[in-house]
Amino acid sequence: MAASDRGREASPPSGAAPPALEVIGIEKWFGTVHANSNVNVRVAPGTIHGIIGENGAGKSTLMSVVYGYYQADSGEIRVGGEPVQIKGPEHAIAAGIGMVHQHFMLVDTFTVLENIVLGVEGGRMLAPSLAAARSELQRLERDYNLEVNPDAIVGELPVGVQQRVEILKALYRGADILILDEPTGVLTPQEVDHLFRILAALREQGKTIILITHKLREIMALTDEVTVMRGGEVVAQVMTAETTREDLAAKMVGRSVLLRVEKGAAHPGAAFLEVADLCVNDHTGLARVKNVSFEVHAGEILGIAGVAGNGQSELMAALAGILPKKSGHILIKGEEIAGGTARGARNVRAAGVGHVPEDRQHMGLVTSFEACESGILGYHRDEKYNGRVLMDHTAIVADVGRQMEEYDVRPPLPRLRTGAFSGGNQQKIVLGREMDRDPDVLLVGQPTRGVDIGAIEFIHRRLVAMRDAGKALLLVSVELDEILSLSDRILVMFDGEIVGEVTQSEATEQALGLMMAGERQTPPQAPTSQENTP
Amino acid sequence: MSIGAPTEAPRWVTHALVPLINLALALIISGLLIFALGEDPFEAISILAYGAFGYPEAIGYTLYYTTNFIFTGLAVAIAFHCFLFNIGGEGQAYLGGLGAGVVGLAIGHWPSPIVLILGILAAAAFGGAWAFIPAWLQAKRGSHIVITTIMFNFIAAALMTYLMVEIFIEPGQQSAESRDFEAGAIMPFVHDILAQIGIDAGHSFLNLSFVLALICCVLFWFFVWRTRWGYEIRSVGQNESAAVYGGIMPSRAIILAMCISGGLAGLVGVNEILGVHHRLLLEFTAGYGFVGIAVALMGRNHPFGIFLAALLFGALYQGGQELAFDMPNINRDMVVVIQGLVILFSGALENMFRPRIEALFMRRARSAPAAAE
Repeated sequence: MAASDRGREASPPSGAAPPALEVIGIEKWFGTVHANSNVNVRVAPGTIHGIIGENGAGKSTLMSVVYGYYQADSGEIRVGGEPVQIKGPEHAIAAGIGMVHQHFMLVDTFTVLENIVLGVEGGRMLAPSLAAARSELQRLERDYNLEVNPDAIVGELPVGVQQRVEILKALYRGADILILDEPTGVLTPQEVDHLFRILAALREQGKTIILITHKLREIMALTDEVTVMRGGEVVAQVMTAETTREDLAAKMVGRSVLLRVEKGAAHPGAAFLEVADLCVNDHTGLARVKNVSFEVHAGEILGIAGVAGNGQSELMAALAGILPKKSGHILIKGEEIAGGTARGARNVRAAGVGHVPEDRQHMGLVTSFEACESGILGYHRDEKYNGRVLMDHTAIVADVGRQMEEYDVRPPLPRLRTGAFSGGNQQKIVLGREMDRDPDVLLVGQPTRGVDIGAIEFIHRRLVAMRDAGKALLLVSVELDEILSLSDRILVMFDGEIVGEVTQSEATEQALGLMMAGERQTPPQAPTSQENTP
Repeated sequence: MSIGAPTEAPRWVTHALVPLINLALALIISGLLIFALGEDPFEAISILAYGAFGYPEAIGYTLYYTTNFIFTGLAVAIAFHCFLFNIGGEGQAYLGGLGAGVVGLAIGHWPSPIVLILGILAAAAFGGAWAFIPAWLQAKRGSHIVITTIMFNFIAAALMTYLMVEIFIEPGQQSAESRDFEAGAIMPFVHDILAQIGIDAGHSFLNLSFVLALICCVLFWFFVWRTRWGYEIRSVGQNESAAVYGGIMPSRAIILAMCISGGLAGLVGVNEILGVHHRLLLEFTAGYGFVGIAVALMGRNHPFGIFLAALLFGALYQGGQELAFDMPNINRDMVVVIQGLVILFSGALENMFRPRIEALFMRRARSAPAAAE
């Protein structure tokens, strides 16, 4: 890149070009966890290389080693065929490696331009470097189809644009190898498309892109070559054209998996949860849920689709009694429950509502507690856990231990610290706790976020079984696949409002995607929604 | 496991080895200081140890100090479990003494067990009430507990001075002290009890409050880890949004934890007023409330650890006085420096060596076959 002063990258790509990036025999331990075990990956220059694997397969660890956040215990990294020592991100940047993090590293109150020069201002006074950056930025935007207003405040930009700023930041620093860590998690389908176009343009310009993801669809759609990781090891490196989704999935988990959820037709019964004209403000007083009305019937799963941050979290919190409602009604089996704050959560739970919160680490569990203590959260006043003064510790351990066995938590040790379990097993602890009470209504938020494929299958089966047992389930997920395969009916939320409702049979990813981007459903909606292709 | 997953070193490393290394380091630096002052560090250590444990009276005084540190250490720890930093132990102890003193003055002529029990309850109630105000302000108004408890220390000192000078002072006296309590309000000295069974333990301040402190340690453990109130306090302390999700009201947990904290600190008043001075006076808290922070830190908020840390500080207090007395170049201030070093290394610099030592042991543990997953 123009702004860079590296000579090494200019080495002629004559003959068989050396790999843009090669890692050889990387070993990395975290305590007793073998996060990377003899990892070898070769990334050909000018390609998009996917790295796929379940959560905890070691993808992020590997990339953190490449980017210098961690030092490998042993192994070698070569850039353009030459060994490099990467002791920190600054070394990685100097070697032409850029990274776009899952959680953006941007200063919200700065402009795009200020964010881009942050750390590479070059000089005491800001004005000259900003001016230089502006012209460089215009060139980058032109070359790569990255439309961004350099003077916009980053915090006011949509997530997809913020991500572009991150990409520009890396390019501005002279990155020839761009690592993207789970880049699509926060994007609408349309934004994902745009991102993919940008990445394709970058590839055409000779950049090398490494895409870390656990979504097979993205791998198939975009990459040239794919490395599959499992349990800290590379289990396969194949050309994307020569493989299939099913094959990759099987390699990821080490066995063939059920990608679709098998379930019969729903037999909806009485309305267990009724919501009418509900308005909810968040704690800053901002209106997050606006006049929302719907019903969830016994024996059905109602899915709420939407890009994260469009009011789903506040809706769930209000239904669970945690967040006070501003106006409207929430009826549980016909009864209005006084909600808001902790007492509300207790009342709602007592009325027979289970709640698997979206963010298990911040709400569903106390990670520093033993599993048996996390496993009684919300039910710790139950008679079966309490004596007159002291809690019945034996009963708690036994009961949570039983739940853990039943919900396949591994290892099923109730005395182990909650945080020591993997994400999927933590989620199963929460599910076990909430489903074990056999609630009539179950509120489920992001049931499989950060959960590996094996556990996803298990969780989905339990949810469907609960539906078939005549319970009412409300599912909020940003994973469209999950919404589509689990829900009997789907509501789409955008900016706090319900912008559309479809049944599972008439739902398509594209139609939902448009609604998730704020396009209202036209009332006489035909089952086919092909006409509104962008 | 995902990246950076917290894996743990063996418990004995975290809970025993690391504190011991910190302590050893504090002693080494103290030794260098003593050496620089022209004294023999090893002799100093032996004087300190002898002064703390070498003869019955020494042990008695050590345990007397230990008693205060257990109370204040437990007080800080229970607040820590709710993620509150109670710096107001000093003021709460002061008020606790007032409670004990009022009982002693009012009903000292009643039968001793009744007076002592009421005195203990009054000390705890006064201390707890003094902590209630900052707790309420924190829980309901969001006023930061660190700020309010510090301010309440000053208010407590001013209030006590006023009360002593204006109300409790013995008529015709110059110093701001009340009259002596009658016999019923005197917590028996341990050496008196031992004398009755024929053991000569000399004369020290050690009184039955020490037993009360040990009982408090045991009750503390049961309360924190085996009652639902303890569960709720810890939930709020570890993860407030999870607590709310679980139907636990943070404001109530905060107020409960702080009132218990204040009550425990208030029991210093039992040891000092009913146990030692047998009258109300000024400044009997002598910084015990602040040292309680270091005790709780070093004891890792666990009653057994707090007992050990309190014993250490008790020994430093008692042995240190002996040291200042015996070594001409080491004065009282030097002893405070040594105590300060112990607090510095085991409290403030707690995390200096911990990560490295734990990493060392985790690396060793990993050679054992890693668990599945």
